[in-house]
Amino acid sequence: MAKVTLIEAINMAHAWEMSHDASVVALGQDVGRNGGVFRATQGLQKTFGADRVIDTPLAEGMIAGLCVGMAAQGLKPVAEIQFMGFIYPAMDQIVNHMSRLRNRTRGRLTCPVVIRTPHGGGIHSPEHHSESVESMFCHVPGLRVVCPSSPARAYGLLLAAIREPDPVLFLEPVRIYRYARQDVEDNGEALPLDVCYVLREGGDCTLVTWGAMTVESLKAADELAKQGIYVEVIDLATLSPIDAETILESVAKTGRLVIVHEAARNVGVGAEIAAIVAEHGLYDLEAPIQRVTGYDTIVPLARLEHDYVPSVARIVTAVRTTLS
Amino acid sequence: MNTTAQFDIQYCQYLDADGRFLPDLDLSTLPSFAHDPIELVRMYKMMVLVRAFDTKAINLQRTGKLGTYPPAAGHEAAQVGAAAALNAEDVIAPVYREIGTQMWRGVRMAEILRYWGGDESGNDFINTRHDFPWCVPIATQTLHAAGAAFAFKIRNEPRCALAYIGDGGTSEGTFYEAMNVAGVQQLPVIFYVVNNRWAISTPLSQQTAAHTLAQKAIAAGIPGIQVDGNDLLAVRHVIEQALARARRGEGPTVVEALTYRLSDHTTADDASRYRSTHEVEQAWNIEPMKRMRAYLERLQLWDDVQEQSYKHECSQQIEAAVSEYLATPTPPVTAMFDYLFAHPPQRLLDQRDQAMMNSRATDNHG
Repeated sequence: MAKVTLIEAINMAHAWEMSHDASVVALGQDVGRNGGVFRATQGLQKTFGADRVIDTPLAEGMIAGLCVGMAAQGLKPVAEIQFMGFIYPAMDQIVNHMSRLRNRTRGRLTCPVVIRTPHGGGIHSPEHHSESVESMFCHVPGLRVVCPSSPARAYGLLLAAIREPDPVLFLEPVRIYRYARQDVEDNGEALPLDVCYVLREGGDCTLVTWGAMTVESLKAADELAKQGIYVEVIDLATLSPIDAETILESVAKTGRLVIVHEAARNVGVGAEIAAIVAEHGLYDLEAPIQRVTGYDTIVPLARLEHDYVPSVARIVTAVRTTLS
Repeated sequence: MNTTAQFDIQYCQYLDADGRFLPDLDLSTLPSFAHDPIELVRMYKMMVLVRAFDTKAINLQRTGKLGTYPPAAGHEAAQVGAAAALNAEDVIAPVYREIGTQMWRGVRMAEILRYWGGDESGNDFINTRHDFPWCVPIATQTLHAAGAAFAFKIRNEPRCALAYIGDGGTSEGTFYEAMNVAGVQQLPVIFYVVNNRWAISTPLSQQTAAHTLAQKAIAAGIPGIQVDGNDLLAVRHVIEQALARARRGEGPTVVEALTYRLSDHTTADDASRYRSTHEVEQAWNIEPMKRMRAYLERLQLWDDVQEQSYKHECSQQIEAAVSEYLATPTPPVTAMFDYLFAHPPQRLLDQRDQAMMNSRATDNHG
């Protein structure tokens, strides 16, 4: 077993699947010789050759469109979009084709594609490099949106995403790419998609979050525990489709719900979670739902980004509000 | 200053509008299929069937039995010629108007009607399992062909992909992206531009300042060639040449076929709003059917009696397809849920149940 970072776990999962499935190819800008701008695909081209680890020209829409063609003809492409702020040219292909091909051909052609992209900010990067626009994609029928929050889940969920017969947008929390090391066994075992992961049990308040915000959420839970407040922290992991059952069960137990996400609040994934609980779990609630999110502003540049990203203090306050 | 790059675009045509060889044509350059009577008649017959089907489809739309339909009249040679050049194991990424191509490759008329009649199952082609379905978002299919060609190249298969695109589509960024990556990777793909002069109401002169669309290939470092899209012999020959190049590992080609959209853009369009009767009349003078028929008659491969008899046969085939289409029941409401995912999530299954209940309630209350 190796102690690896989240980005190393992604590399491991890539390598495992490419070793065991000849139809898997990796493509994107700088993924080959350079190993990806964050090194997610480091060493893969050397191991698997330039035919299977493909440095593409610079055009995100082209990368996504190639994936549709490749996947429809029997390959399993894993593509990297360098930053989520550059994914918009690929939306045409993702929305109009990748997520629709199975349905519009009644299953004759399918699109087993993984689009990987860094998600979120907090690393002092330039403009357009800190976006978390998952809700735009969660709205798309036929597409899964997945976001791991630890090296083990990055490994297991990426394997699951590559093996899934349908397209998956795989969001990688850039802020915690190298945040911590964790023992991850490189055994090719996938973790299930479409389910939440309960990171910590607690009876006082349910806290649903994903990606890098799990770090702040767990810190907030630690702080609250010192005050005798026990928070159940749930990593949503698959942002679409949402595992409503796990969330509703937790809310039935705690009677309180706080949703934490980095993305802007308006029509964010948190709104869907709140709606699910309002529809199916309203009578379990003992307090109004709280959302701790990015503001409905453009993600600010480095000097203000820490005011934008939800802080431990904001999360603690929100939980205390549900309990007051 | 020195010239660092220059280019020229070749134009291929064999037959004039009356089906005669161009006067200065070197007959030794004729492709082999041009000497094959069976193949020539087979292609012409498909053009006749396509024109008859097209007319019928428009009539079905006008009488409320079909949804919006994109007529193919004028494109028969451009479509059948390209399709006939392909092998069955090649893959096409067609535009919505490629009726003749689809029919040549084996898509059934009843399937075409089912799709344009509002049922996705019309895309579940029984015979052409690997071909992409009709593509509606303009130019997006060029990348699917490039991606398919990439898969063939990676697996070292002797297959090619062919993407159809219209003149309007060549203004989309996607088209340039597809040519560019195909050039870099030397992909076995053909970008086949069917230039019918009109993108709904936008004439070519407002689409581009380029003298040809074929020359757009030059910037991507790949060859571009122009062909008379109303000349079946020329179209098939040029596509065959491009396919042969691709199969030799020499990469992609852009082929621009010059033709004319004789009908409206779709049955929802009225082309008389934006183009002159005179222009359309002139286009009818050079349309592809008459030309090919005259050529076959001169070779004594076809005559009036055969024409009448075959048209009757076409009507029967088309009527059978229409009957099959009209007898196809509306898909169950669950069809919209059942092909979205291999592993449908619970929330979707719940909605599927609701849709079934809602649908039953609607049925009960008329």
